[in-house]
Formats: sequence, structure tokens, C-alpha cells
Amino acid sequence: MFCVHCGRPDAEGEHPGCRGARAALEPPRFCPECARRMVVQITPVGWSARCSRHGETTSAVPTG
Amino acid sequence: MTAAAERTHDSTIEADVLAVAREQVLERGVGLSQEQVLAVLRLADDRFEDLLALAHEVRMRWCGPEVEVEGIISLKTGGCPEDCHFCSQSGRFPTPVRSAWLDIPGLVEAARQTALTGATEFCIVAAVRGPDARLLSQVRDGIKAIRESGNDIQIACSLGMLTQEQVDELVGMGVHRYNHNLETARSHFPNVVTTHSWEERWDTLRMVREAGMEVCSGGILGMGESEEQRAEFAVQLAELDPHEVPMNFLIPQPGTPYEDYVPIEGREALKLVAAFRLALPRTMLRFAGGRELTLGDLGAEQGMLGGINAIIVGNYLTNLGRPAQRDLDMLADLKMPIKALSDSL
Repeated sequence: MFCVHCGRPDAEGEHPGCRGARAALEPPRFCPECARRMVVQITPVGWSARCSRHGETTSAVPTG
Repeated sequence: MTAAAERTHDSTIEADVLAVAREQVLERGVGLSQEQVLAVLRLADDRFEDLLALAHEVRMRWCGPEVEVEGIISLKTGGCPEDCHFCSQSGRFPTPVRSAWLDIPGLVEAARQTALTGATEFCIVAAVRGPDARLLSQVRDGIKAIRESGNDIQIACSLGMLTQEQVDELVGMGVHRYNHNLETARSHFPNVVTTHSWEERWDTLRMVREAGMEVCSGGILGMGESEEQRAEFAVQLAELDPHEVPMNFLIPQPGTPYEDYVPIEGREALKLVAAFRLALPRTMLRFAGGRELTLGDLGAEQGMLGGINAIIVGNYLTNLGRPAQRDLDMLADLKMPIKALSDSL
């Protein structure tokens, strides 16, 4: 599995920039399955992220 | 003496700046000069509470208790040709943001979600140098579709630099407010953006005002500007005299030249809010991006009691905000009424 914030393998290294308060304000940018950069659309109450290989995921519940 | 002259001919800076501000800003509604704003920013820590209290009094006196609530949406994300060093949407930096266009049903839905929060403003934003025919066509179709859905929320746009013809087109579409941030002090701007000038931004804002749209212009604090440049920026905004000033605090974005910048600390941010209120007593001062990281929940409340009278609720363009309901609950707890759409029309 890959880190949704930086696209590196989850198990590789510390990912200090991917675990902090700033990262909590970031939607996923990389596909956790293949690390491709995703097309992300943020709306006032949620987000959607689309991987060209693995399809779309959305915020589970509206964030607003 | 005119207000402008008063800003530059002040001999009372060495007196207690809060006592001066009480008389000048609170009583007479004349914003602080650059030197006075700088004195405010340099106030000792033990004056912090007094500063926030005065800024709140000024806001209540000249703006009233209402809070304007706004939602924003990115119509065109990423791939921007400009090099604004803070921005993850610049195509010039190796950021993780990919280009995306929102379709019309998505725009209508975002406007609906925004209206459901009680917001009276919905701002359509595009990451561009300026709009081309395709983008303007999308905006036109989007506004038409929002209206046809029965949503009468007020619509603002932020589409970069405009020509006079484009300004006129937006007026014709019913866009009532235009956002174009000056971003930072004129003296610091070349360190932040090299692909266009501060003056080009100013020119767009001048055309927007002359065409009868409300002017919205603010910026981002924490981009390496000095204390003097923060004071300079506050007064340059006062000279512009916008209807609204959005105050953002830098969220360092991965891949941008500012990715390693340290965010402003909460107390410093609140001091800036108060100082900007004292420079801009009658202007709508809006909490925008970065407040979650810089201020947290408690700081957001302090800001509402320290000069702020407008907020963006929910998410931002490329970053998530805190849930809109948490802000609405905060306003209810503070007994600050949300500005009604009927007040805006």
C-alpha cells in the first residue's frame, strides 16, 4: 500500500510530512493501490479523488 | 484634514498606540497609518488582550454584529501558468495537485451545499492567469444553472486578471463581487510572484470597482514578509478600500518553494487580525485558508472576538477546512448572527 499524501510505500521511512496537522487538511492525492497521482475535486463539504486505474473514492461522509 | 492625509501626518505614534486607536479608529473611524500598524504589531505581550478587545469594539461599532458566511469552489484546479510561490496549483512546481475541471452539475451541487450552511456567498474560483473564452463560458453556464436550480445565493468569482471586456461580461452575468488578492505588500510581491506584477493585480481591481462590482482583495500572511511589510500591506489594502479582505495564513504546500516555511503562530496571527481591523475599520475581514492550522478551534473563536466578521466555511480549494457545522455552532455560541441573504440584496 502507498501513502495517499506522498505516494511512497507506506512502510518506507517515517513520512513525517504526511502525518502532521498539515496533512490532516489534505485530501488524498495518490492512489493507495498504485501510487498514481489522482484527480481530486474538493467541494465545500467533501472531496472526490479519481485514479485512472482504480476508480473514484469520496469522503465517506460529507466533511461539513 | 482628509482621512488619507491623517494616515500620513500622524504625530501621535509615540503615544500609547491603543489609546490613539481608541480615539482615531473607534470614535472617528479613521484607520491606522502604516507606522501605527507597525506599533500595534510590536505591542508588548501584556497588551495582547487589550488589542483584541479594541479590535472587536471597532468591528462592532463600524461593521455590526453580523457575520458573512461564504463557501468556495474550484471550477478549474491546477495547471496554472503563474508561479505564485505559495500555490500548489502552479504548473511550474512539482506538487501532487493534478488539473481538474468541475462540470456544471458539480458546480450546482456545490452551490446547493453552500446555501444549506446558511451562507450568502458562493465564490467560483479558477487557477488561471486570466479567464479564456472556455472558462467564461463555463462560468456563464454555471451561474445560469445555479439560478435555474432555484438557488439565489450571491455569486462571486475569482478568475485571475481581467480585461475590461471580461469585467463587463461578469457584470452582465450577475457576478456581484470579484476576488483578486494583492497577496502581500507591494515591496514583497516580487519575492512571491515573478510572472506578473502587483500593479497588474491592482489594475484588475480598479476595473472591477469602476464596473460596479464589489472588490474583494486580501492575501496570505507568513510568506517571509517582514513586520514592516505586514504593516505596509495593511495600509495598501486600506488605500484600495475593498468591500472585503480575506486573511489567509500560509499552509506550506508540498512541492512549492514555500513547502518548508513554518506556519505563523496563533498569537501572531491574532495580532495581525486585530492590526488589520484597526487599519480597515469598515471593511469586511474574512477568516480564510490556514486558520485551522494556525489557530485551531480556540484561536478561531478569539479571532471572531478580535476583529473578524466573515468566514469561509467548509473546505477550501486544495485543502480541507473544519466542518461547516462547527463554525456555525461557534457563531451561535458567540451570539453572532449570520448575515441573511435579504440583507445582501
